[in-house]
Amino acid sequence: MRYAMAIDTKKCVGCSDCVVACQTENNVPIGYCRDWVVEVTDGTYPQLELEIRSERCNHCSNAPCVRCCPTGASHYAEGGIVLVTANKCIGCGACIASCPYDARFPHPDGHVDKCTYCNHRLLEGLKPACVSVCPTKCMYFGDLDDPNSEVSRIIKKRKWKTLIPEAGTSPELYFLI
Amino acid sequence: MREEIIVSGRMNHLIDPYLQIWHWPIPFYLFVGGLAAGILFFAALMTIRGKEEQYTAATRYAPFIVPFLLVLGLGALFIDLNHKPYFWRLYTTLRLESPMSWGAWTLMVVTPLSIIWCAINIRYIFPKWQWPYEWLKNLDAFFVKHKMTIAWVMIISSTILGIYTGILFSAFNARPLWNTSILGPLFLASGLSAGAAVIAFMGKTHLEKTTFAKIDLLIIGIELFLIIHLFMGFLASSQVQIEAASLFLGGEYTAPFWIFVVFLGMVVPAILDFLELRGYPIPTVLPMILVLFGSITFRFIIAFAGQASRYLY
Ligand code: SF4
Ligand code: SF4
Repeated sequence: MRYAMAIDTKKCVGCSDCVVACQTENNVPIGYCRDWVVEVTDGTYPQLELEIRSERCNHCSNAPCVRCCPTGASHYAEGGIVLVTANKCIGCGACIASCPYDARFPHPDGHVDKCTYCNHRLLEGLKPACVSVCPTKCMYFGDLDDPNSEVSRIIKKRKWKTLIPEAGTSPELYFLI
Repeated sequence: MREEIIVSGRMNHLIDPYLQIWHWPIPFYLFVGGLAAGILFFAALMTIRGKEEQYTAATRYAPFIVPFLLVLGLGALFIDLNHKPYFWRLYTTLRLESPMSWGAWTLMVVTPLSIIWCAINIRYIFPKWQWPYEWLKNLDAFFVKHKMTIAWVMIISSTILGIYTGILFSAFNARPLWNTSILGPLFLASGLSAGAAVIAFMGKTHLEKTTFAKIDLLIIGIELFLIIHLFMGFLASSQVQIEAASLFLGGEYTAPFWIFVVFLGMVVPAILDFLELRGYPIPTVLPMILVLFGSITFRFIIAFAGQASRYLY
């Protein structure tokens, strides 16, 4: 099993519903976020191109954050999800410095926090909170190893990119372009 | 023109607008670690070469600073941790992929080793020193007998410690400024140079002072060579590394780096060492202070500039 997410940058309107849903679902401390929306403008006026992306941890399959963690608190869970075990984390910050996407942050309780792909919801057969609230239904989530999953099919059909593949992290978050 | 706006207002504390996760404790920890490594390296080297009697400051006196340095370093590392009650987790796992892990373990090897080294040399500081219990006397005799073995373990572990102070940074490819393997040897050289400068200052004889001034001069030369190499590597690399180098070539770290680290911390002490070797009466405290100042500033600048360098996508 290999969990992955595909996000349609052509459908996303940048409403930030996914951000609020995540903060509510995961009790993210006030002032922090595990996912966020980026708006990129490219070109010279009047030839401008706009891309809106809802970003989060890429659950990289060659994750530098897991590699550099001295205690094993950062680890791969079932389906390749990258998680942090709070009571193993010493808060050294190495994983935060190692993530090229700045997807991690220090939780006020001392340990490191980040997107979990809503692991607790997956165990109940539900989708991640961000995916289930998106009003434009621009996010697809599922098992890449299953050729019939929603995410496998959309990735086969559409053109996509991942973020900073040159950082060598093998990200599992696909942006449909 | 490319413009990137984070709409949802990601403002994670210590992450945005740029990374500030490591403050003074980490560069300080790396500085004292490097200095300790430098002193122990020369203590072991002179012992292995059978020059203990000629180089007493290197083999007997300077190592007494090391346990204090290492305790300060471990203290700084502890201050840096955000989840302090779980500190012990660092010592229930050994992960070779993680420099933070094997570095912490290296410190755990080097610290007791430096204490043993002090214990077997304490008789030279207090000639009337007697260990109180029989078992302590036996232990002391055992260590004295195996001094050579200890020296070999020490020269290897102090080299690892010195390299580690650079590899801790260079293992992060997310921060283009840090992601260069030159930082390992460069920080090792910086630690050795700091150690040599301290020994030259503490040296009791003319021979010891001039030998270590020569060693320091040589290492500073190597450091300057490595720095040139570092920038050549950056400028011939990808755009993110060119941008990282520009922090030092016109960017906000240009003046502190070239003036404090390279000029005051390397070039001036090298000139002073050179003049001293030519017979001019230069007080060895001067190059020592400058080298130590350069070495600590170097680590602070690399720690902070590295956190400011990033990928843009
Ligand atoms: S995006 Fe960052 S935090 Fe997430 S797995 Fe990759 S390196 Fe780790
Ligand atoms: S902060 Fe925690 S999760 Fe991150 S590397 Fe350190 S111990 Fe591991």
